[in-house]
Amino acid sequence: MSEIFRAQVDIDLRVNGEQVAARVIAGQHVIDFLREELGLTGAHASCEHGVCGACTIRVNGQAVRGCLMLAAQLDGAEVWTVEGLSDNNTIRDLQDAFVARNALQCGFCTPGMLVSAEELLAQGGIPERGKIREHMSGNYCRCTGYEAIVDAIETVARQRAGKANS
Amino acid sequence: MKASAGGYARANDLGHAIEMLGSADGMGRVLAGGQSLVAAMNMRLTTGDLLVDISRISALSGITEDAASLRIGALTSHAEIGTDPLVRTYAPLLRDAVACIAHAAIRNRGTIGGALAHADPAAEFPACVLALDATIHVTGRDGKRAIPADDFFHEVFETALQPDEILTAITLPKAERDERQTLQEVTRRSGDYALAGLCLVRRRAGHRVSLLSVGSRPVLARHAMAHLDAGDIDGAVAALRAEIDPPSDTQASAGYRRHIAGVLLRRAMADLTGEKT
Repeated sequence: MSEIFRAQVDIDLRVNGEQVAARVIAGQHVIDFLREELGLTGAHASCEHGVCGACTIRVNGQAVRGCLMLAAQLDGAEVWTVEGLSDNNTIRDLQDAFVARNALQCGFCTPGMLVSAEELLAQGGIPERGKIREHMSGNYCRCTGYEAIVDAIETVARQRAGKANS
Repeated sequence: MKASAGGYARANDLGHAIEMLGSADGMGRVLAGGQSLVAAMNMRLTTGDLLVDISRISALSGITEDAASLRIGALTSHAEIGTDPLVRTYAPLLRDAVACIAHAAIRNRGTIGGALAHADPAAEFPACVLALDATIHVTGRDGKRAIPADDFFHEVFETALQPDEILTAITLPKAERDERQTLQEVTRRSGDYALAGLCLVRRRAGHRVSLLSVGSRPVLARHAMAHLDAGDIDGAVAALRAEIDPPSDTQASAGYRRHIAGVLLRRAMADLTGEKT
């Protein structure tokens, strides 16, 4: 192998507001890095080919599949996981609504659901249920049948719109 | 499963990336958004790749116009294309396509250059650039080439790109004032690969019809186009079904794909003319 290509890559980034420096294996995806190197086990590694959405996190302000991005690509990035978004109360109302509406059973998909839903809600307004379903169509839940999840997201959209107008 | 990369290098600019690809001894692989490549790596469909990460090359991103054409940088994301005002005005087919591609989180990272270079025959963008008669721009050690979309796609995941070349941009003619473009497809669930899909463009020079998921590469349906130019929709549907050779797989039979291709052509024409099907 040429010296140009590195088997291990040094990265500097911010994770949940904290500066992190790490040396990562070239082929390691972001979720394994977050879970195994940083101990942030909120986002889940599941299908590992971008279908299920359980690994959804926020990178540079956008929801992305943690399993479809390499940790080596995170140099200079701003990463937020469900842990950070919980600690800084960004998704507190969404979490409360999920609990109130029983929008989870086993909870495996929930961290990804919350990050995806937050991206939609951050656009503002009260999205129609069809739009909520379409936006959340990349996040699988094998327990609830989605109705309660859509209800919870819609509820929070109404709450936030009410606050914005009051 | 877990990916096994041979190594990773981040490119500072296009020249740097081409130089690194050239030094990879045939194992080089361009990494952009990674939405197909990293999935393939995780599934160990490809191992030992020497990854040239071009995702930081800002010169390869963005959408610009001149008098007659639109230029879309290879690193422009699906999400950007879906909301760009120039695309909405001059290439609405691409905006329609974005809504059909996977899911929001994947559209945030996936790039048009990556989708075209990957050349999945079930993907939307390859069929779109065929229908739009776009030109694909690549740069390699021997310089630049401009490849008509019609000559770019060879086989499943195979294109006219040489191992040391990088897809840098596409250009396409701006839609004329009365031009119409539509994309129709059949999927079992939102964001799935289409069982079959069809792009229809009607411009002064005539109709252009391309299909996805009906062969080993996106196809231009020339016989159907000729019948549409002659105003014969029934003839176009028959010609379309005769000129494609779709595969049978666990998702759909060849016969079913052939049938829905014709249905999609009727829906596309109805969409253009405002009629209900």
